[in-house]
Amino acid sequence: MRNIWTIAKREYNHYFISPLAYVVAFIILLPLGIYFAVIVFATSSQAFSGAPPPDISPITWLFCFLLVFTTPVLTMRLISDEARMGTLELLLTAPIRDFELVIGKWLSALLFILTILAITLIFPIILHFMLVSPGIDQKLFLSAYLGVILVAGAFLALGVGISAIFTNQFAAFFVTFGLFFFLWFLVSLPANLLPGGGDALNYLNMSSHFNEGFNAGNINLSDIVYYISLIALGLFVGTTAIEVRRWR
Amino acid sequence: MIQVTGLTKDYGDRRALHSISFDANQGEIVGFLGPNGAGKTTTMRILTGYMPPTDGTAIVAGYDVVEESLEVRKRVGYLPETVPLYTEMTALDYLKFMADLRHIPDSEERAYETLEMVDLQDRANGYIGNFSKGMRQRVGLAQALIHRPEVIILDEPTIGLDPAQVVEIRNVIREIGKDRTVLLSTHILSEAQQICDRVLIINKGQIVAEDTPENLQSRLVGSQRVVLRVRGDSDELPAKIQKLKGVRDVEAKPDGSVEFEFSAGQDVRPQVAKAVVQAGFDLLEMRPVGLSLEEIFLELTRDNAVEKKSS
Repeated sequence: MRNIWTIAKREYNHYFISPLAYVVAFIILLPLGIYFAVIVFATSSQAFSGAPPPDISPITWLFCFLLVFTTPVLTMRLISDEARMGTLELLLTAPIRDFELVIGKWLSALLFILTILAITLIFPIILHFMLVSPGIDQKLFLSAYLGVILVAGAFLALGVGISAIFTNQFAAFFVTFGLFFFLWFLVSLPANLLPGGGDALNYLNMSSHFNEGFNAGNINLSDIVYYISLIALGLFVGTTAIEVRRWR
Repeated sequence: MIQVTGLTKDYGDRRALHSISFDANQGEIVGFLGPNGAGKTTTMRILTGYMPPTDGTAIVAGYDVVEESLEVRKRVGYLPETVPLYTEMTALDYLKFMADLRHIPDSEERAYETLEMVDLQDRANGYIGNFSKGMRQRVGLAQALIHRPEVIILDEPTIGLDPAQVVEIRNVIREIGKDRTVLLSTHILSEAQQICDRVLIINKGQIVAEDTPENLQSRLVGSQRVVLRVRGDSDELPAKIQKLKGVRDVEAKPDGSVEFEFSAGQDVRPQVAKAVVQAGFDLLEMRPVGLSLEEIFLELTRDNAVEKKSS
C-alpha cells in the first residue's frame, strides 16, 4: 500500500510540471464551462414556458465524452516512458511488486482526473444554490459523479495496461484511443446490426452503462461490476506486460 | 554474499550466458571484465532481480534471486548502465523518492547524507536535468547506496566520464567497498586493475579467467612484445637479433619495422639495442606493444595462458 502511494505521489506531482496535463485540463474544463453557460441561458429563457429545471447530467455526459479523447494522453507515457528512459529498470529492481507499480501509476492518473472533477463541482453548486429551487436532484448528482469516477477509472486502467505493453508512447496513445473510441462509440453499431440485438456487444458498450445507468440516476450493481471489471482487466494486463518484459 | 552456480540465460535462440559460476565475499570488490555483449549486464540484471535466469541459481545476500526476489532487492544497490534518473526532479527529491520506496525512515535526511557521500550536497536542490554527466553518474551511485545495501552492483560506473570524474567515482567505490560486497563491470583493463580485489574475465557468456589483478597481469603479460625501427634498410636486422639470448618470435613487418618477444623478468632490450647499434644500424625507436583487451581475449581463448575456471 505504501509503495503504491509513493509511486502515485511522484507521478501525480509530475502531472503538474507537464504541459500536456495542463492541455488535458484545459480541453476538459473549457468545453464544460461553455456548455454549462449555454444550458443555463437556454433553460432560463424557457423557464416561463414551464420547461423542467436544468440538471447536472449534460455536464457529466460531456465530461465522459471528453475523457475518451483525453485519458489516452494521461496514460500513454506512464509506463512506456519509464521503459524508454531506463527508469523502469530502477523500479523493477526496487523492492516493490509489479502490481504495486501498475496500481500506483493508475492511481496517479485517477487522482489527476479527480482534481479536474473537483473543479467541475462549481457547476452543481451554482445550480443548487443560485438557479434551481428548491435545489438539484441530489441522488442524480451523486450517481452521475460516481459514474464519472468509474468511467475515468476504467479508461485509465486500460490506458495504463496498454502503456505497459509499448515502449513508444505514441504507439500507446493510438492503441489506447482506438480502443476507447471503439468501446464508447463504435461497439453499438455492430450490436444494432446483429440479429438478436447482439447482447454481448451491447454489454461491452461503455457509454450505455453510463448514460442509461449512473447518468440517469440509477445506480445498478451490474454497471458497477462492469466498470470494476474493466479496471481489474486493465491493471491485470499492465502487471502481466511488465512480467513479460522481465522474461524477454 | 554472492554465490552464482551454473547461471544460464537465453534470449530466444541466442544463449547469452553459458552456465557461469562465481562468488564474491564481503569486503571484496570484484570486477567483471569483458567486451560489450559478453554477458556482463545480463548477469547483473539477474543478480538484481530484474529478470530471471533460464537455468542455474544465484544467491545474493543469502536469498535466492528467483524465489526471494523482493528480499534480494531490499539488500542490493544497483546502478544500471543507463543511469536511471528522473530529470525533472531535484537530486534531493529523487533520492527521497528512492528512500521512500525502500521504506527508510527520515528519508529526506538519509537522502541528504547520501548526497554528501558522493559529494553533491551543494547541488541537492538542483534539477538533475541540468547536471553534467559526471554529476548524474554520482546521483545514480547515491541511489544505489541510499539503503546502505550489503551488496552493490555497478554496471559500467565510469563510462563516459572525464578523467577527473573517473578518479572521483573510483575513490567513492573503493571507500564503499571496504565493508560491503561490490560487483562492478567494466571493459577497461586498467580500471579493473586499479580498484578490484579480484577480476572475472567474461567473454561470449563464459568466464574465461578469474584471479587477482596482479596475478592476471603477470600471467597475461608472461611475455612482452617490442617493436623496433631503424633508419634505412632493415633486411638483415631480424637475423642479427635472432641470435641474441632470450629473444623469441622475431618478425619483419611490411613497413620495415621488426617485432620480437622476450619473457617477462628477462629484459633483453639493452642487449638488443647494443647489438643493433654495433651492427651499424641507426636505432630510431624501440617500444613495447601493449596487449589490448581483444588480444588478451584471443590469448585466453586460444591457449591456456591462464588456467580456465573449471568450477
